[in-house]
Amino acid sequence: MKKVFSRPKSLVDCQTHFCPGCTHGTAHRLVADAIDHFGVREKTIGVSGVGCAVFIYDYFAFDAIEAPHGRAPAVATGIKRVHPDKIVFTYQGDGDLASIGTSEIIHTANRGESITVIFINNTVYGMTGGQMAPTTLLGQKTTTTPYGRNFRNDGYPIRMAEMLATLEGVAYSTRVSMHNAKEVLKAKKAVRKAFEMQIADMGLTFVELLSACHTNWRVKPLEGQKRVEEEMIPYFTLGVFKERKEKDFL
Amino acid sequence: MAEKTLLKGNIALAQGAIAAGCRYYFGYPITPQNDIPEYLSGELPKIGGTFIQAESEVASINMVMGASAAGARVMTSSSGPGISLMQEGMSYMAGSELPALVVNVMRVGPGLGGIAPTQGDYFQATRGGGHGDYFNIVLAPASVQEMFDLAIKAFDLSDKYRNPAMILCDAVLGQMKEPVILEEKGAEAPPARPWALTGAKGRKPQFLKTLYLSDGEQEAHNLELKEKYDLMRKEDVLFEGKGLDDSEIVIVAFGTVSRIVKTAIQMAGDEGIRVGLIRPITLFPFPVEVVRRTVKKIPKVLVVEMNTGQMVEDVRLSIEDKVKLRFYGRPGGGIPTPEDVLREIKVTLDEKGF
Ligand SMILES: Cc1ncc(C[n+]2csc(CCOP(=O)(O)OP(=O)(O)O)c2C)c(N)n1
Ligand code: SF4
Ligand SMILES: [Mg+2]
Repeated sequence: MKKVFSRPKSLVDCQTHFCPGCTHGTAHRLVADAIDHFGVREKTIGVSGVGCAVFIYDYFAFDAIEAPHGRAPAVATGIKRVHPDKIVFTYQGDGDLASIGTSEIIHTANRGESITVIFINNTVYGMTGGQMAPTTLLGQKTTTTPYGRNFRNDGYPIRMAEMLATLEGVAYSTRVSMHNAKEVLKAKKAVRKAFEMQIADMGLTFVELLSACHTNWRVKPLEGQKRVEEEMIPYFTLGVFKERKEKDFL
Repeated sequence: MAEKTLLKGNIALAQGAIAAGCRYYFGYPITPQNDIPEYLSGELPKIGGTFIQAESEVASINMVMGASAAGARVMTSSSGPGISLMQEGMSYMAGSELPALVVNVMRVGPGLGGIAPTQGDYFQATRGGGHGDYFNIVLAPASVQEMFDLAIKAFDLSDKYRNPAMILCDAVLGQMKEPVILEEKGAEAPPARPWALTGAKGRKPQFLKTLYLSDGEQEAHNLELKEKYDLMRKEDVLFEGKGLDDSEIVIVAFGTVSRIVKTAIQMAGDEGIRVGLIRPITLFPFPVEVVRRTVKKIPKVLVVEMNTGQMVEDVRLSIEDKVKLRFYGRPGGGIPTPEDVLREIKVTLDEKGF
């Protein structure tokens, strides 16, 4: 019988601490799939941000380090400069990357470091209990926007994939979603492309994955997926915002 | 005899780092340490190294952390505000047991402060500086020669203990020129780092982390770190001692101010006053033993610093309460003159207990 589905080798066979139905698990799988696909597990080094996904070293079967909150791109820069032949990626949440770590992601992208950034946009600070994130939608209630996010007080939800696409150092910037199987397949392609372009040393590759945090959104997992489709996607447009075709530029 | 080269302190330090095998530098400009990145930005690319001017000190220290995790000898340098921004990263490095050299060419504080020489960052350097229960290895040079030598030593100690090391100096040491012998004495080849992240080829995956959530795991980790600090205290204390057997009074001073103290000691000698000196070279681990032993024989101690009294606490902790201890300090870029110190020596000798 032909095997059509199995656990990627890069993913450890264990129980995760994620809430059941959390799309962090899906995103982990997509990363593991890409690493396996290119056969680079033994030369991959992962850098986790601080957030619900801080434990990547427990779930991936390759080398990994935990960076201070927001600083994963700087840590990844240090690693990649020592090991230009290795595959280095960061895995960061929206609080980590789009709030406390904006400086590091922008300058790492601007230097065109050959790393891949996996960015989980779930519109909240999952790990700390669902506070407002820079990606929280207008009107969205969180534990620190009990009346809903109001732009006069809290500013606007930030679109990282578009913003980073404006930087010369970025080779690939895309936003995908994981709210249903069809979108997960598209996301899988995007993650693969990001690693493929890193292997080709083309510059920084960035994949924003729209994710549900049903626990902090206080909805059932399926409702969470629906909300991604109906409320997030209209604001966080899916698509490729930049894709460099050749290695050298300018 | 080895040849002498006339060098600026900051450059001697940078050359020491290169001699120690450091090939990676990440940093952000701030006076009075700019000669270090400027020099290394020219030299490192020539020898297969990497220099990055980071977007901030926060990024610098995290790049340092990454390069160290990847197995490289790596350094950064900064001053005052920049060192403050690095504290979170240094705490993570102590927690995940990553070696690196951080140089602080101190400037005046609190706040932006000026670039005048000062020793106001003693507490920050020797108490860990960031959050959590940890220490940095801290070395305090007092000459351009030591800027070179201690850079090498700092890398070696940092690797020995898998712990960040700091060189604590100031604008006087960074900017002045002195003849230096550029011998790579003591420079050990960077040791193998089996724990480094190099890709899990032919071995199990490795990881570096600071978060321990299982029962008792974090406490065990902290106790393991403490064992390292205790070993440093046992094996790697460095100091210079002079006249510790037959003096009437002993001065404890480190770095720049110890040079002024030496002049004052000579002046005192001319007047027939015998003054001893303990100059801590490692500020952490602090030379507790020599201070304790010395004051048993010479129970009058003067501590001189270029701050309002920081190292004096470590001296106080090293001795019994009844020992006579006087502090003299000039903060905020004020530099004591040898005459000031001589006056303090006399006051300490005269005072009938306090
Ligand atoms: C310097 C610092 N500030 C604050 C925190 C607390 N903290 C931990 S995770 C987190 C936010 C995580 O949110 P996000 O990055 O969106 O990840 P998620 O859990 O949603 O996946 C915060 C604020 C910290 N660890 N370090
Ligand atoms: S809190 Fe949210 S992001 Fe974190 S594991 Fe649970 S569902 Fe996922
Ligand atoms: Mg989040």
